[in-house]
Amino acid sequence: MSTSLADIHRCFRCGWCKLPTNFVDYNCPPYVRFKFESYSPGGRLWLIRAWLKGELGWSERLAEVLFSCVGCRNCAESCKMRFKDEVMDWIVVARSIAVEEGLVPPKVRDFLENIARYGNPWGLPRVQRMAWASRVKKYDGDEYLLYLGCESCYPERGREMAKNVIAVLEAAGVSFGVLGNEEECDGNEAYMLGELGLFQELASRNATKFKELGVKKVLTVSPHAYNSMKRYPERGFEVLHFTQLLHELVQRGKLVLSSVRYKVAYHDPCFLGRYNRIYLEPRRVLQSIERLRLVEMRRSKENAFCCGGGGGNFVFDLLHGPEGPARVRVREALETGAEVLAVACPICKCMLDDAVKDEGLEGKIEVKDLAEIVLDAMK
Amino acid sequence: MRAVKKKEEIYKALVEIVGREYVSDRKEDLYIYSRDPGLAEAHEPDFVVLPKTVEEVQRIVRMANKERIPVVPVGASLSLSGLTVPYKGGIVIDLRRMDRIIEVNRRSRYAVIEAGVTQGKLKAYLEENFPDLCHSLPEAPPSATVVGNLVIHGQGHLAQQYGFNSSMVTGLEVVLPNGDVCRIGSCALGPYWFSLEPFPIPAGLFLGWFGATGIITKAGIRLYPKKKLRDVEVFIVEDPNLVPEVIYRVTHTEMAEDVTTSAQPYPPMYQGIIMIQVYITGDVEEELEFKRKLIWRSLKDVIDSKEGGFMALTPDVRGTLLEEPIPTLTRFADVLRGGGFVYCGAIIPVEKFPDALKRLFEIAERHQVTFAHSGRVIGRGHCMMFAFAYPFNREDAEGMERTKRALHDSYVATLEIGGIPWKPEPSVQRTVIERMDKGVAELLKRIRSLLDPNGIMSTANWSVEL
Repeated sequence: MSTSLADIHRCFRCGWCKLPTNFVDYNCPPYVRFKFESYSPGGRLWLIRAWLKGELGWSERLAEVLFSCVGCRNCAESCKMRFKDEVMDWIVVARSIAVEEGLVPPKVRDFLENIARYGNPWGLPRVQRMAWASRVKKYDGDEYLLYLGCESCYPERGREMAKNVIAVLEAAGVSFGVLGNEEECDGNEAYMLGELGLFQELASRNATKFKELGVKKVLTVSPHAYNSMKRYPERGFEVLHFTQLLHELVQRGKLVLSSVRYKVAYHDPCFLGRYNRIYLEPRRVLQSIERLRLVEMRRSKENAFCCGGGGGNFVFDLLHGPEGPARVRVREALETGAEVLAVACPICKCMLDDAVKDEGLEGKIEVKDLAEIVLDAMK
Repeated sequence: MRAVKKKEEIYKALVEIVGREYVSDRKEDLYIYSRDPGLAEAHEPDFVVLPKTVEEVQRIVRMANKERIPVVPVGASLSLSGLTVPYKGGIVIDLRRMDRIIEVNRRSRYAVIEAGVTQGKLKAYLEENFPDLCHSLPEAPPSATVVGNLVIHGQGHLAQQYGFNSSMVTGLEVVLPNGDVCRIGSCALGPYWFSLEPFPIPAGLFLGWFGATGIITKAGIRLYPKKKLRDVEVFIVEDPNLVPEVIYRVTHTEMAEDVTTSAQPYPPMYQGIIMIQVYITGDVEEELEFKRKLIWRSLKDVIDSKEGGFMALTPDVRGTLLEEPIPTLTRFADVLRGGGFVYCGAIIPVEKFPDALKRLFEIAERHQVTFAHSGRVIGRGHCMMFAFAYPFNREDAEGMERTKRALHDSYVATLEIGGIPWKPEPSVQRTVIERMDKGVAELLKRIRSLLDPNGIMSTANWSVEL
């Protein structure tokens, strides 16, 4: 990363960044959760500057302000200044300083150490990574390497999503294989949390492994992995998110979908949407299903409200509570009258599914991943 | 020791009122709430508290009044002139959790909102639910609060037609400095918030007071017809003396929705010219064309004499000018790649435009600062807001000092040409009090003492003492 913090004083704290581009409501997850100006994007940047200038010392509160940013990129989307694309980098660079100086909060430290030691943020054994998928074909020169990522391998709801994706790919006759327990973390959250050395190490290991195996196309279940691999410096392979392939399969007639009768609101994952501008393909897949009624939430596409799981928060959850972003988001989905909240990211799936339970909305709205909906339409 | 104990007791009392999550005495929060994005000196509060309901605001204020603790209510703190800086410490009450749009009465064209509703949220809500209604949107960032703008006598894009935003108020709910709550206007008698009149109008005890007399927790504001089409024409002149006449003629047609002015030295193509932006609206093209024709006709002889003319706008420029709010005004903070700007908003008679512009050039030259002017006509040319605006670089301490001096001189110039500084910083408010009619100054003082005998509310504002 070439960005430094030399320009951080250019933030005026005007507050455009708190809102989506259509202004409907506050759209910065930590600001929505805490409501103190200190947790807004501008407040955070001013506090970083004050810390670097020695006006404020490091503290638990400052650590929470800095690490509660989930990296959703709404601030950069809405910022009206010429430096808008640097805003997220400033956060990452500030975090990297905290990492280098050993200042990160214990939960974040554990998250990063677990990735470094065990290859996943929970510190679970590597042998558990894909033990549940032992029947899935190992990669052996197939067209696609299906990369699952930590969030699709360890949490139950993430695994469900991975299984659904695998089932759809098998049904469509796609040539693919997985790495099994040899799969490494993609490094997206390590990067977002400022552990740039760890990110580079993981990127290098993954790129080397893919090269050795002759991988030409990587298909990711998680938008976080998709985003991370796009960032790999020496990438000798193409990266696709599974929704892109599903769209292609539908277009080519390889996936024949009949009908489902539910009303669906689609939740754009940040690392697919704002980071990589993939808005159309998941919607086209849903629209190709007969009788499925697709509705939009007030905040969608580039204005989507994050589930709050990015930047490692899906593990250490600094934003929990009734005003936590996932709970706010499921209430917003419910307002549309949707019976299904469709997701394309295993982290969103875990966060929003938990939020449905926390809100007591079981039976009123159900979180389903895109592959699951496609499978419903194939029955 | 006693002070520490007292502070602990106050903290506990605040936690009791709003819950632990919404009270802070942590240094990071105090740092942020000690300053606004302008050049005012920072002063830390002792506590920041975020109430959700009017009852919570009442309890906080009652406690503060009993303990004689200063209270500063804040919206988005975007005045840029230190109006929400807690100069005497105390409790900052951030009202942005109170963000419900309570009602829109379509037939009577008004909205009732809580104090924390942002300009952006109200705009978006109306566009989504009442597309034929709008409120007078100022050029502040959309994160600014509607009520904050009322409290400072702000102006929006309907100012030329309907005046200051504070004159569009149809009702207020206010927490008084003793914690009592009162409702002003038709809402004092019944459920409707349609009008302040025909009562005596106590709303004036709170509008323009920058929180020094009470905390507005709800407001009723007028909404206006939102036309389907909107366009802009830009008339340019080189001679500032022509501007009052151009404004007079354009406003005489009664065809414009909004009339704004601007002048800036950069980029070079704008040097030496003054731009008068005339916004027109209509439900159909014919209406727009009719208005455009009348406005052009009103300026025909100026055009014929080649002293002025309409500018050909590229689609990009037109698109930028038609954005609501216009982001270029916020971007002014990045002109020096320095993250800041301040301005003296002078409310002046339109005829004083040439004088004000001359002063701006002189001040910028004297202090060697970059500058720009933007202005907005209020009423049918009854007055205008003339901004002397200066960007600064937060990393350039010497440049910031020069900017402060330029700002100070701009306030002085405003008073010298017969204008009124709009939302001036507290030190300038005191100068204004000193210069104003003694009878009125005494009246303001008595009103303040009557409402707030313990002197707890926004103590720096409209007070002769800091």
